[in-house]
Amino acid sequence: MESGSQENGNATPVVRVQDLVKTYHMGLIDVHALRGVSFDIGKGEIVAIMGHSGSGKSTLLNLLGCLDAPTAGSYFLDGELVGDLSDDALAAIRNRKIGFVFQSFNLLARMSALEQVEMPLLYARDRQRRQRAEEALAVVGLEDRMHHKPSELSGGQQQRVAIARALVGNPSMVLADEPTGNLDTATANEIMELLVLLNEERRITTLIVTHEADVAARTQRVIRMVDGAVAADDLTARAESGV
Amino acid sequence: MSLADGVRLALRALAANKLRTSLTVLGMVIGVAAVIALMSLGAGAQASIEANIRGTGSNLLFISPGVQSATGGRFVDVSATSPTLTLADAEAIRDAAIPGIVDIAPTRNTNASLVAGGNAFSTQIIGVTPSYAEVRTFQPQAGRFITDDDLRRRARVIALGQTIATELFPGQNPIGATLRLNNQTFTVIAVMEESGQATFQSRDNQALVPLTTLQTRISPSRTLAGDDIVSEISVTLADEDEATIEAVTNEVSALLRLRHDVTEDDFTIRTQQDIIEALGEVTGTLTLFLGAIAGISLLVGGIGIMNIMLVSVTERTREIGIRKAIGARRRDILVQFLIEAVLVSLGGGIAGAVIGGLLATYMGGVSFGGRSLEGALTPEPVILALAVSVAIGLVFGIYPANRAARLRPIEALRYE
Repeated sequence: MESGSQENGNATPVVRVQDLVKTYHMGLIDVHALRGVSFDIGKGEIVAIMGHSGSGKSTLLNLLGCLDAPTAGSYFLDGELVGDLSDDALAAIRNRKIGFVFQSFNLLARMSALEQVEMPLLYARDRQRRQRAEEALAVVGLEDRMHHKPSELSGGQQQRVAIARALVGNPSMVLADEPTGNLDTATANEIMELLVLLNEERRITTLIVTHEADVAARTQRVIRMVDGAVAADDLTARAESGV
Repeated sequence: MSLADGVRLALRALAANKLRTSLTVLGMVIGVAAVIALMSLGAGAQASIEANIRGTGSNLLFISPGVQSATGGRFVDVSATSPTLTLADAEAIRDAAIPGIVDIAPTRNTNASLVAGGNAFSTQIIGVTPSYAEVRTFQPQAGRFITDDDLRRRARVIALGQTIATELFPGQNPIGATLRLNNQTFTVIAVMEESGQATFQSRDNQALVPLTTLQTRISPSRTLAGDDIVSEISVTLADEDEATIEAVTNEVSALLRLRHDVTEDDFTIRTQQDIIEALGEVTGTLTLFLGAIAGISLLVGGIGIMNIMLVSVTERTREIGIRKAIGARRRDILVQFLIEAVLVSLGGGIAGAVIGGLLATYMGGVSFGGRSLEGALTPEPVILALAVSVAIGLVFGIYPANRAARLRPIEALRYE
């Protein structure tokens, strides 16, 4: 049935994972972080991955972000198998197809917002990076803070810079790891609004790892991880009500 | 990432830690400056020795008794054990009228003490003929040189080098004054021009007397056959052509072998060039040795770079993780850190070359123990030092850079 949906170009999922297994060898003990995870994420979806610590959600995020390779199972990104690739090949995929947003922002202290956003394009050797970075900053509403360094920006502004950095290369999806975890409630709301808005207006496929129910409630679909497996995969009330 | 972007990034990173960067650069500056200053001084010494030898006449042949070591470079003078060169040999060479020979000057050396008033000076006394002044380009500054008449009369006259003149007759005009040599009274007829330091001993420390006077009155020395022995015969050539030198060498050798009735040479003929080359080997080795010592500090500078780059990689683990997460390949990270290392070493190299050059120039005027050092700033050590400093940046930077490049992004991102 899956091959059927792949033949249809429009329905090619952005993410397709099949029986994904990840086992860490810690000395003599094997830790089964993922025990066979399968799901598809279609273009333009906004999905929350929830679970307690140790549920395997971080491992899943690393695999989906091409930061790590699975022990078994397959992962198709944009219909292409991400298999046993070299470090550099994985770096190229991350550069072109994935935009990361981290809990702790992960900006470089020495650089201005503009330079942070230019950075992915630097590695992509994009000649128009200045202009594209300015556009991305405008999208997140920071056009008047472009030359500020992280220390001169609030937490919410820093996370907006990080979102601009994730968007600037036109990735296939944005992976956000607890994007509101370090923010107060009001700012967290703003950031979630921005992510939802970007998803709605620009059809940016977005995966958000979170353990906050109200964050998850603003997405369309929630994948619940328990002990390295998918325990539930449901549409949210928001999606069902069609808001 | 393009090279220009890499350089820009590296400069930013280096500027973020100014004190640390400057100290690391300083290590390279000291190393490179030391190499350039010492090698320039070595080259300067070599050049001044060469100039001094050339100053004594550049179209000279020296015939000395005994056979010189065949290994070249070392002059093993065996004349003491087999004195085989005589005044008669010198006269025979002159009388043979070999084409290419302009003039000859036989000499014999001995050591003696000169006493004038309360001053004494122990030095080398050279018995010479009037042709010596022309042949060895060593003219009196005041007074007159030794004449044929002096030679014939075995006159007790003496020409003094500059140093002896000022030592024996401080503040006086020595011309016409008398001094005691071997309990005999000699009249000073000349003070020679200043010659600077020649090879191993300065001609300013030498005193010249007529050859016949030395032979009869100071230090008689004859062969069994009764011929006067000479230490050396200098020969002036018409020109410096290889062909002339070879032709004259062959003719003189044949003549001397015939006169000495030997098949193997029992004398040695050296050219000015031979002497320069032999000394060049010595000073070249010295220069290299000095350079090697200075090179050690360059090595230490390189280790300093490696050390600071390792610290930097550890400190910036998270930055490396972020860069890798957003798509930096191994090579991008490697190049970024390598450029930093090379910029530090090259910066140190350039500053060191400037300081080393200044040191070499200014040390040229400073004198040590009466000998003035001469710096000769040639482009070779500068180019060498810059190339070496880039190489040091690469060699000592590659390990830290590679460590950075191989960091796994997940672990690097988790690093606090």
